[in-house]
Amino acid sequence: MDAVALARLQFAFTVGFHILWPTMTIGLAWFVTWLSVLWWRTGNPVYRQLMRFWMRIFALGFGMGVVTGIVLSYEIGTNWAGFSRSAAHVLGPLFLYETLTAFFLEAGFIGIMLFGEGRVSRGAHVFACAMVSVGALLSATWIVAANSWMQTPAGAVADAHGIYHVVSWWDVVFTASFPYRLAHMVCASFLTVSFVVAGVSAFHIWRQRHVAASRTAFSMALWMALILAPTQIALGDLHGRNTLEHQPTKLAAMEGLWETTRGPAMTVIAWPDMATQSNLYALDIPHLASLYLTHSWKGEVEGLKAVSPADQPNVPVVFFAFRIMAGIGMVLLATAITGLVLRLRRRLFEARWFLWLAMATTPLGFIAVIAGWTVTEAGRQPWLIYGQLRTVDAVAPVAAGAVGASLLGFFLLYNVLMLAFAWFAGRLALAGPADLPVTAPEHPGLDGTNLGRRSASSPSTSLAPATPRNPQAAGA
Amino acid sequence: MFTLLSEHAALVFAAVAVFCVVVYVLADGLDLGVGILFLAAPRDADRDVMMASIEPVWDGNETWLVAGGTLLFAAFPAGYYILLPAFYLPIVTMLFALILRGVAFGFRLQATRFRLVWDIAFAGGSMLAALCQGLILGGLIDGVPVADGMFAGGPFSFLSLLGLMCGVGLIGGYGLIGAGWLIMKTQGATQIFAREIARAALILVAAAMLIVSVWSAWSVPEVAARWFSLPNLVLLAPVPLVTVAVVVTMWRGIWTGPESRTFLLSLGLFVLGLIGLVVSLWPYVVPRSVTVWQGLADPQSLAFIGVGLAIVLPIVLAYQAHAYWVFRGKTGSGHGAYGTDPTPAGRRRKLP
Ligand code: HDD
Ligand code: HEM
Ligand code: HEM
Repeated sequence: MDAVALARLQFAFTVGFHILWPTMTIGLAWFVTWLSVLWWRTGNPVYRQLMRFWMRIFALGFGMGVVTGIVLSYEIGTNWAGFSRSAAHVLGPLFLYETLTAFFLEAGFIGIMLFGEGRVSRGAHVFACAMVSVGALLSATWIVAANSWMQTPAGAVADAHGIYHVVSWWDVVFTASFPYRLAHMVCASFLTVSFVVAGVSAFHIWRQRHVAASRTAFSMALWMALILAPTQIALGDLHGRNTLEHQPTKLAAMEGLWETTRGPAMTVIAWPDMATQSNLYALDIPHLASLYLTHSWKGEVEGLKAVSPADQPNVPVVFFAFRIMAGIGMVLLATAITGLVLRLRRRLFEARWFLWLAMATTPLGFIAVIAGWTVTEAGRQPWLIYGQLRTVDAVAPVAAGAVGASLLGFFLLYNVLMLAFAWFAGRLALAGPADLPVTAPEHPGLDGTNLGRRSASSPSTSLAPATPRNPQAAGA
Repeated sequence: MFTLLSEHAALVFAAVAVFCVVVYVLADGLDLGVGILFLAAPRDADRDVMMASIEPVWDGNETWLVAGGTLLFAAFPAGYYILLPAFYLPIVTMLFALILRGVAFGFRLQATRFRLVWDIAFAGGSMLAALCQGLILGGLIDGVPVADGMFAGGPFSFLSLLGLMCGVGLIGGYGLIGAGWLIMKTQGATQIFAREIARAALILVAAAMLIVSVWSAWSVPEVAARWFSLPNLVLLAPVPLVTVAVVVTMWRGIWTGPESRTFLLSLGLFVLGLIGLVVSLWPYVVPRSVTVWQGLADPQSLAFIGVGLAIVLPIVLAYQAHAYWVFRGKTGSGHGAYGTDPTPAGRRRKLP
């Protein structure tokens, strides 16, 4: 393999590994904040129990996010020097702002968030959690802005040497695809975390351990999922229509559409064959794609053949990655709706098959995120800056051997990291939220009412003496 | 004020970049140093204390490395896209080492078994990171082959004996800062160990500084010209003289001086070394081919990041100073942040 292919492989591997952790931590940070608010306002110890539990898992994921992120910020220079030279005046500041934001909000408050509970007032803890959450969100905003600029460049012009100079920072940050990509990414993170929380809670309910806390978390997570799953699909639809407008070739690859067509069919499944420039074994539903892409029966959609084969992305990769993502979206929606039905029948915590289903959905969000980014990134090939800079022209003058060796190193090291993470986080997750000295109320949230309010006035307050300011009290 | 800033943008941003490097080296130096000394410590209890002493501060320290990298990208792109490929292998290895070390740090506190494995990973990662930084440093002094505004060497062009020497020097130097830190932060047996090892580290770093200075003056004509031409020789003479004075004072005060003296003097030693480096390399971002003026980013990019830097850097410095202040005084083995109850480590320690 040449240095370009190796560098692409290495970048895809390292960034794909990195994205897992922000996906987890952006959502978890808000979940922990919300638990901290509930604990602050209601004094129900179940919330503190859950908050501590998820905070520990958050801490491990956060560490992974930081170490793998550092790698990326150097990799852009080591592997993509041509790209850095072209885009530094535009993307350098965006990356710097990412770092500064992370620095400012996360580094400052994360200590209070993780270690301050019980030492600072509950309100102050809520504030620290909120700042960390905002920081994670802002970090993601800058990075997605940088990526969106590469997808739909604006606000900068290239000079004779191919170096971009910014004309308007506003246009650079708020490019055409930025709002959609950001909303879809953030929603993806929340949705993923909902199912992680649901899955882990389902495990404990199934084992009948930590029942009160796990039921509360399970119920909260499924409410979230019920809102987020359809939202994510709607955002995905909007995102796709934006792609149709700005990157028609990518969209055609996602749809497996070769000819420019009026009123195109939806291809449910097929083998897109690049050699013959057509679909083999296609299963089509007439006019459906036209409906969701153009919102009309006979809208025109550009096909892949509008560009020469050399300018097409790898169609099967984009095509199948898209189906994996959208399929998972549907599965998650179905799971959330099933949860609602069971809840209405008051069997949410009893139906064991549903607990199993919830456990099985735990990793799906992450898979969808990777698939989604594969669609985005593989779909814009052969361009790195869409329509302007080709990936082959962006690589650094480094030897293939060095890139290959470091790729191997990353591969080994990241697998070790993953194992270590799985070991420690898995142990935490399987051990579950620490039980309270006295049993907390049973069946919280069964009726779907705000459990916090209910229990604040009844049993729980008298059960566990709430002494939040004494860190030793609940640690045992 | 603003026009003054924009006229001297190159100087201002070079100063900020150097500042980030200095803060990184001094701050991460102390925890890398503790890592370097880690396996040399005689007892497991010492290692617990050593880790606890850097626990509240180490990850904050490492963020300066990210800040330095992205600042280079944003303010001096040429430095970024020429130097990073040039130092591909040492940079990637350094990242590996830092990851390994960070993970070992987190997991040693949680692990009951395989502690030795995490100990070795932590110490080895720290040493390897220091060695790689030294190789980069030596490579910078030696110069980087550039053609058509891009790096034009091979994957091993960075390698030089000078770099190896710098690596040894940095291992000694960080070890010295780490020992100074431990003298200040610990007591009893751990402190005695720190005092003992401080001497060895000081010998190593003094020898390395001497060799590197002489060698680079001898092998790189541009460096010799910078130091030994006439007004410079007189103006710059204080740098080596003060360095010698610092080394001697430190040597004599390790056992008898105030407890913070070794630490402060070792930081001073590093600052002097960095001054020497800047003198040797000024005004280049990429040694002897791209100057800070040539490598500077567009004014509109600089103005954009200038705002963020001016707001965030002072606040971050204040935070970190605050963190050091909160955790001032001697470290007890259970005192670090991880030692309190929210973490499993805390829970484990409390079990009978
Ligand atoms: C939990 C994760 C998740 C789920 C369930 C979905 N997506 Fe997604 N999708 C992402 C997570 C994601 C992502 C990782 O966040 C991406 C990658 C880049 C981006 O902006 O979002 C993405 C990209 C992405 C793109 C590529 C846009 C481009 O770059 O041009 C489209 C068109 C869609 N999505 C559409 C959908 C549809 C129609 C879905 C449901 C039926 C769907 N996504 C479910
Ligand atoms: C869409 C893709 C990405 C998203 C959403 C994202 C988001 C985040 C978030 C939220 C963090 C904070 C740590 C955490 O919560 O885990 C983080 C860390 C980091 N990311 Fe990414 N990131 C993405 C891709 C990248 C890329 C491509 C780079 C490199 C240029 C990068 C560089 C970093 C760095 C350096 C850190 C560590 C910052 C610190 O010290 O706190 N990220 N990322
Ligand atoms: C964090 C989520 C992301 C994932 C999972 C991801 C995934 C990928 C994948 C799979 C590729 C290889 C595409 C191919 O060669 O077929 C790629 C390439 C690339 N991506 Fe991303 N990407 C992410 C975010 C970003 C961001 C935020 C940036 C920069 C701002 C970025 C910049 C690049 C670059 C420079 C390449 C290499 C050139 C190329 O092959 O396209 N990516 N990424």
